[in-house]
Amino acid sequence: MDQNDRRPGAELVPVTLVVNGETRRLEIEPAVTLLDLLRERLHLTGTKKGCDQGQCGACTVLVDGRRVNACLQLAVMRDGCDVVTIEGLGTPDDLHPMQAAFVARDAFQCGYCTPGQICSAVALVAEGQARTPDEIRELMSGNLCRCGAYSNIAAAIGDVMAGAAGAKEAAE
Amino acid sequence: MNDVLAYVGRPQPRVDGPLKVTGRARYAAEVAVEGMAYGAVASSAIARGRIRSLHLAAAKAAPGVIAVLSHERDPGLPDEDDPYLKDMGAVPGSPFRPFCDDRIHFSGQPIALVIADSHEHARDAAALITADYDAETPQVDLMAAKAAAYVPPEPRSGIPPPPPPRGDAQAAFAAAPVRLQEDYRVAAEHHNPMETMATTVVWEGDGRLAIHTKTQGVNNPKTYVCAVFGLDPDAVRVISPFVGGAFGMALRPHYDLLLATLAALTLKRSVRLTLTRQQMYTMGWRPDTLHTVALSASEDGRLTSIRHAAVQATSRYEDYQEPTVNWSGLLYACPNVTLSYELAKLDTSTPSDMRAPGAALGLYALEAAMDELASRLKIDPLELRLRNYAERDFNEDKPFSSKELKACYRQGAERFGWDRRRPEPRSMRDGSELVGLGMATGCWEAMMQPHAARATLDAEGRLEVACGTADIGTGAYTILSQIAAEALGLPIERVTAKLGDTTLPKAPVEGGSWGAASAGSAVQAACAALKEKLLAQARGMNGAFANAAIAHARFTADGVALASDPAATVAYADLVRAAGGDGIAAETEFEPDEEFTKKYASYTHSAVFAEVRVDEELGVIRVARLVSAVAAGRILNPATARSQILGGAVMGLGMALHEETVWDATLGRIMNANLGEYHIPSHADAPDIEVIFVDEDDRANPLGVKGLGEIGIVGVAAAIANAVFHATGRRVRHLPITLDKLL
Ligand code: FES
Ligand code: FES
Repeated sequence: MDQNDRRPGAELVPVTLVVNGETRRLEIEPAVTLLDLLRERLHLTGTKKGCDQGQCGACTVLVDGRRVNACLQLAVMRDGCDVVTIEGLGTPDDLHPMQAAFVARDAFQCGYCTPGQICSAVALVAEGQARTPDEIRELMSGNLCRCGAYSNIAAAIGDVMAGAAGAKEAAE
Repeated sequence: MNDVLAYVGRPQPRVDGPLKVTGRARYAAEVAVEGMAYGAVASSAIARGRIRSLHLAAAKAAPGVIAVLSHERDPGLPDEDDPYLKDMGAVPGSPFRPFCDDRIHFSGQPIALVIADSHEHARDAAALITADYDAETPQVDLMAAKAAAYVPPEPRSGIPPPPPPRGDAQAAFAAAPVRLQEDYRVAAEHHNPMETMATTVVWEGDGRLAIHTKTQGVNNPKTYVCAVFGLDPDAVRVISPFVGGAFGMALRPHYDLLLATLAALTLKRSVRLTLTRQQMYTMGWRPDTLHTVALSASEDGRLTSIRHAAVQATSRYEDYQEPTVNWSGLLYACPNVTLSYELAKLDTSTPSDMRAPGAALGLYALEAAMDELASRLKIDPLELRLRNYAERDFNEDKPFSSKELKACYRQGAERFGWDRRRPEPRSMRDGSELVGLGMATGCWEAMMQPHAARATLDAEGRLEVACGTADIGTGAYTILSQIAAEALGLPIERVTAKLGDTTLPKAPVEGGSWGAASAGSAVQAACAALKEKLLAQARGMNGAFANAAIAHARFTADGVALASDPAATVAYADLVRAAGGDGIAAETEFEPDEEFTKKYASYTHSAVFAEVRVDEELGVIRVARLVSAVAAGRILNPATARSQILGGAVMGLGMALHEETVWDATLGRIMNANLGEYHIPSHADAPDIEVIFVDEDDRANPLGVKGLGEIGIVGVAAAIANAVFHATGRRVRHLPITLDKLL
């Protein structure tokens, strides 16, 4: 499918993004959100749309290493940025440690909030702000899960943090 | 069955886990189709009245717009109810038929559909659509509508109305030394699965359609679209391998399916229609319900009467029913019981089943009243329940197929530390926080439905099991793989479960917690039939098997062997090759044992314990801890089973403290149709939840399974509300208990 817009309408704007390590050059209308660009144009549907208005976190991706709600970003605002989506973290045969921890802890049910939770959790660990389970919960509260997998998600994140801390100690 | 239980009963990680955690699981709106058009729905701005004129010109002229459909130019949909009633979830009344006329039945009703060349163009054009209305005054206030409440003239198919009264509850109440009568209310809720409703219709040419839609059972949308559009069932395939949560919302087909199919057939091209989060509030919801519960008891706490009357909201055009009082007749042993259930009409969309429909509401009211009774009698709430323990289902006057509720009470209380509870309210604190401990009972039917399944073994010794049921997050893929792997003695990596496709053996919608028992039994039966076939094949290939019965055979990762002579093995590859095809398949149908269900009542039970902390000055309520002890027969997978209970508990917490759909009384429009203002529990709200599965031996089906999808929520709201009373001494009888009600 054509990734670029060749339709009557607003003027097209060139955008370059590095998505999961790959440089993508597109021409899009300014009203296209980063979320819709990922899902509809690049077919990276791992990033989910739960509300399209910044209230659920299902669309969380990493932009220049920071977690953002992709539905609240116009793609043109992120010209030149580095974007990592759930597809870029790992594959079914080579899971990222956070993905593996989610599977091990049964930290999801329907799986729809899951990519957002995992991207958010990866950033949370990198931010280094959360040390206790309560802090994990507080700082993950932008990611809703209607299936109610919260305690398992917190456990999975705790496992990864403990593993990372263990690895760091071992290295020192 | 092998002697060793290799998979069933063990915490097998989800077999679809790697796909879900890497974003590779594709949901209904995520199928990539060449040349696809996008739909967007324009919604009505009033709740009741008529459309005088629709203004579509701006939308039609907007960039990229291909077509705009509405009631104005007859879209060719049938204008009688019959075809629309081909919906397993239909309820008495006249189903909603989009675009059939100018009548508006509820706020947000679809009034036009824009089809455009991109998502943005469709969305932007839909925003340009306006209408002039002849608005009528809507009724959305249940308190006011209650005056015209009525007993539904036609019961909903498959849902029993309240049982007839037993004894004389009124007289027993009048004569009792201890009496209590209170009104309770639970606010309207919306399911809000994280994935919104969505349908992608793939136009395959020659009138053939592949419909990817969010559903709890692919056969229902297929039957529905075939009936409504007069399509040949052989030309329609419905596919839904992954469902981003549903909780009952996707039992009935919704207008995304109907309109996307209409557009695809009209334009002869593929169309995707995704509803917005706001539009998720224009269909199915848990109805606002008013309860009156009257209990009487002897001084020593034996119930002498139970009366439970409920008035529940429904739409003006359908009589949705979930007789919420029924469970009040069977939870306790009581000779005098009167239950009544009425509906009241509102100008809203029709409510629908939402996780434990009926029981989640009715048992909140009953279990809150029981807590009040305990406090009046000065008897421990748990002790009061034990004194009135029912050893029989008095609604139907039948024995239970199994009931380990006493073990739930005992094990739950022990894990929770119920014995530290001081009887007086407001007597426990921790710093500036009041501490409250509460408990309640949960109950839900253990149901089954006919399901078909197929098991196929290929030459590589890989087993595929297939069933047209759905995995809406329950773990169906995983438990069915476990059952199949164990039956054939294969490593689970060699088993694939296929679900959610109308080309697979037939199953009904996945709801009511019957999935595991029914699809599981069907898969087990298909595997048993496959083993017979494999053995028959082996008999012809190896003389050692000539007289072997199934009891003499052993099925292992390598092939069929003889129990008496493990050296005699016929490899699966040889069996399949000798049979002369790609694989050996067996298909069977599972039918629930009607004799058994006539004789016994089957229910799951739970005991829920909650600890809340209430900030004395600010009134902020926090659930610190929940323990849920569940008796649900055999547990196939403790990990996914536990997740089911966690999910129910979190949703029950939402019912107790957060969730409330609010209508503007004058305009009849929902004021909080978004996830910012309709608060579902978040990470920060979720407590530590401990789940206990007590042992329970049940014979209702060969697996001994009762189902878990609903039981996790039942009783949770009551346990929390009772804990809030214990913490504060304030009895709030209208959920959710927001802090304004507490201060
Ligand atoms: S889809 Fe972006 S926050 Fe909900
Ligand atoms: S796993 Fe279903 S919403 Fe989180």
